[in-house]
Order: sequence, then structure tokens, then C-alpha cells
Amino acid sequence: MAGRTIRRQVALVGIGETTYYKRGKSPDSEFKLCIDAIRNACADAGIDARDIDGFSSYSDDRNDAMRLSSALNLRELNYSVMQWGGGGGGVMAAIANGAAGILAGYCDTVVVHRALAQGQFGRFGQAQDTPVIPGEYGHVMPYGVMSAAQLFGFRIQRFMHEHGIGQEALRAIAMASYHHAQNNPRAVMHGKPLTEQMYDDSRYITEPLHLYDCCQENDGAAAVVLMSAERAAEITDRPVYLLGAAMGSAPQQGAEAGGISYHNAPDYPTANFKTLAPKAFAMAGIKPTDIDVVQSYENFTGGVMMAMIEHGLCSPEEANNFFVPENLIVGGKLPLNTSGGNLAECYMHGLELVVEGVRQLRGDSTSQVADPRHCLCIGGPLVGPVSTLILGSADTGPTTEGGVGA
Amino acid sequence: MSNEELESQWVLPAGLPKPIPSSEGLGKEFWAATLEHKLVIQRCTDCRHWQWGPEIICRACGGEQLGYESVEPAGEIYSWQRCWYPVHPALKETVPYLVVMVELDSAPGVRLIGNLVGDGQQSLAVGDRVTALFEDHPGDEPYTLVQWQRA
Repeated sequence: MAGRTIRRQVALVGIGETTYYKRGKSPDSEFKLCIDAIRNACADAGIDARDIDGFSSYSDDRNDAMRLSSALNLRELNYSVMQWGGGGGGVMAAIANGAAGILAGYCDTVVVHRALAQGQFGRFGQAQDTPVIPGEYGHVMPYGVMSAAQLFGFRIQRFMHEHGIGQEALRAIAMASYHHAQNNPRAVMHGKPLTEQMYDDSRYITEPLHLYDCCQENDGAAAVVLMSAERAAEITDRPVYLLGAAMGSAPQQGAEAGGISYHNAPDYPTANFKTLAPKAFAMAGIKPTDIDVVQSYENFTGGVMMAMIEHGLCSPEEANNFFVPENLIVGGKLPLNTSGGNLAECYMHGLELVVEGVRQLRGDSTSQVADPRHCLCIGGPLVGPVSTLILGSADTGPTTEGGVGA
Repeated sequence: MSNEELESQWVLPAGLPKPIPSSEGLGKEFWAATLEHKLVIQRCTDCRHWQWGPEIICRACGGEQLGYESVEPAGEIYSWQRCWYPVHPALKETVPYLVVMVELDSAPGVRLIGNLVGDGQQSLAVGDRVTALFEDHPGDEPYTLVQWQRA
């Protein structure tokens, strides 16, 4: 089984989104949002929605494959998979799992979907009011450690301590997202620029995280259509290829993200990509220096920094100099979150980052990088399982640059 | 001490969830010990590995002979946060408060989370020395949290 790779065998041929709303502001139900995003993705791909024969999602998405299949009147449902994990760590795995179904021959046309309506359902940023808390979280929540920011803040704080990283590195990541959102009329924070002064003056949610270090909470939906590269060639002249992907966790990263075992991980200050990133790059047959643009899930800016370091894009020692706004915006060394990402476009649980990755490689972004060939998409840092994806433009060669691979 | 006097000494106000063991009973021994103001951590009787949180087998050797052993209620701050956003209705009047992750002296690599006693705006740093303070929550089903104070 040597040389197994997904490189250029599956293409992302359709992307769809709804209008992105602030949390609780969607006029539509979550299921309607999901249907709209899927239909938009099919229209973008130029296919009939009835030709979808597989669904792939993550984070306990509530839009059941059977209900979708019936509502969209699918001719056949041949594949339905859900990635484990309740956070955004599964987003890139949902793409990879969809591709796996196509490669294995289970199905032909997969739609990856995620929808959120936090007015209809609960909020992420507020703890549930429960009288008792069992097991793993029982050692954490009675002490007022309940939100995602707090559950993951200990890791960020420790990482910054060990490597002498300043608040300015986190600020630069927030600045890049807001900078790009100003070019993107779809972004919830379009028309709301962020200055360094505003960041510095903003309240802390939990030190070391300011308000602007934390993702938004939004309503909306996104969807991506996948098919084999062979079939993609029949319907589009600008496919975006999946080059490499990896999902999972390093050893002993805990039973539940943010539970007490998680906080006793032998390697604690990690975003959990140390075992994944080398696999994804090997599969894609490229090196970190070949990456032209990055879309990295911002639950919190500190997680973005740690994830990018673990992907070999910079070393911890270089972080204070690397994470400055001019490096992270279009025209800089490594443009990051070019749609505005979770912080400033929409928290569509990271699927909007894949949509933006496809736009970049088609040349359609509102903050377009010049002729990018490789886009790295990183899912939900600091949790487990996490996942990562390397996308390639239509002109990435049929064999790997290094001559390894397929 | 009356219940009211006890409650006035809690780091965080009443209303936060009460810890209970997992549905499999994991953690039962830990919470039973804190009621007696003792700190115990799960340990493998075969390979002597300390592990936390509790699990049904030893994560180091796979053994099933697990027990709980007493540890010194002392350690140093490994990480911390000063929490400003009230994530729970009970915390609205209490922010900011401090949460600390403490690495225990006598069980290397084992970390507990609790609150640091005292002013929520006090300065603190990784490496600061702390000792445990057992915070009793009386009632029909009493429980005791493990808080931390400067050594």
C-alpha cells in the first residue's frame, strides 16, 4: 500500500453559501439554509441537485442525510458520513471523507454541508445551565471554565509563555481577517474595519484572549460539491483538486476537548496537528514553502498561530516576527483568511474557509492572491480530531513536484 | 461553621454545576476523598503510572489494576486565565476571576484546574507556588471543590 494518495483524484467543482447573518438573525430555519447552500453549490457546479448521491458533514450537524435526500428528491443515496467531534476540527475531514467515498466507489457526487441557526438552536458561546456536570467536565466547569475560549485558553497561554510570544502576534491574525473582510461584501464585518487601537482597547473575554481573538457566532450555511477528477473534467475547465488531507490526533490528547484528560495531555501546548501535517504534505507531494495562501479556522487567534507553526509555515522562535499584519494580508509573505474567515466573514464552522480556498484557486476571491497554486485549509485547532487539507489549482501538475506520490 | 458562613468563603458564587462521577463511575474516588479534604489521583498498580483524568485502563501499560493514591496537595501554576466574560448567569457579579492549572509536585505530569483564592485582579505567573484549599459545598448531597491558594 505504499504511495497511497488522494492527490488530484477528486475535485471540488461547486461551492455554495447563503447570506451570512449575525447569530439569531436568520429569517430562515437551519434546514432551509442548508437546502439553499446545497442548491447554490449545485448551480455553481452546473449539476442537478437530484444527481447528488452522497452527504458528508461534521460537528453533529443537525441536517439529517435522509431528510436532505428526501427533500432534494435524490435519485439514489449511496453515501452518508459524519466526522466525529463536536467542534470545528472535523471540517476538513468532511471534505476528505467525501473524497474517500468517491475513490472507494461508493458514490459519485458528494455534497459536504454545514448549517447553523443559533436563534433556532442553542448558542456556542454561552454555557448550558445544568445543575450537575458528570465525568471529564466535572473537573473543569464547577470552577467557571465553561466556554470554548476558556477550555482552550490554557493551551494558548502556556504556548505563549513557553515561546515568549507577545499579544501582537494574536492581534496580527485578527487584523488580517478584518482587513480581508473589508473587500468582501458577503462578510458580516464588511464595512467594520479593525484598527490596532481598537484591538488593544477591546475587552478581554479571558486573558490572553481579547474580544477580537474570538470567532463570531453566526447563522447561515455553506456547501461544497465533490466528484472524481475524471468527471470534473467533463463539466468544468477550472476544477480545484484535493491534493492531500489528514485527520485525527496526536497521542493522549484527552477524552473530550477541554475535559480534564485533555488538560493532562503529555504534549499540552499544541493545536494537535503535529502528526497530521506531515502526512498531508507527503500526500500532496509538496513542502510548506509551496503554500501560497492559507485559510485557517479561527476559533481563537492563538489556535491559528499554533496550527500554522505546526504545519511548518514558521517556527515558534520566528513567530513574533512572522505574525505581523503585513505578512498575513494579500501582497504579503503568506496571506491568511482572505475572505475574513470565522472572525470577520462568517463563523460557518470553517466550511466557508474551503469555499474561499476554491475561490482563490479559481482566481475569484475578493482579496485575490496572484496565481496561487496551493491553498492550505486548516480545521478547528486545539481540539481532536482535527483535520487539514491541501487544495491545488487546475494547473497543478498530474504528478507531484518532488516526483513521489501517485 | 454555618452554611451561610461557608458559602461566603467560596471563591465563586452558588449556582455553578455540581461535579459528579461519570456515568461509568470514573472519578468517584476523587470526589469522595475531597469530602475528607484529601487529594487522590488514579495510579496503575502494575506500572505505577499516574493518570488523570481517570480511565478504565492504564493508558501507559494497558493494565486493569488501577487504584487511587494520595498526593500532596501542592504544586505550581502551569497555566492560567483571568476570566472577564461571565459564561454562566451565576458569574455576572464575580468577574474577573482567576482559573489556574496546577501541576502537582508529587504526581509528575498530573494537572488540576481550580480557582486561585483572592483578588481576581492580582498578578500571577506560570511557576507560582500554590497549595490546595478544600471548599465545602454542604447540602443533601455535599461535595468539595479543590481550590488553590498561594503557598
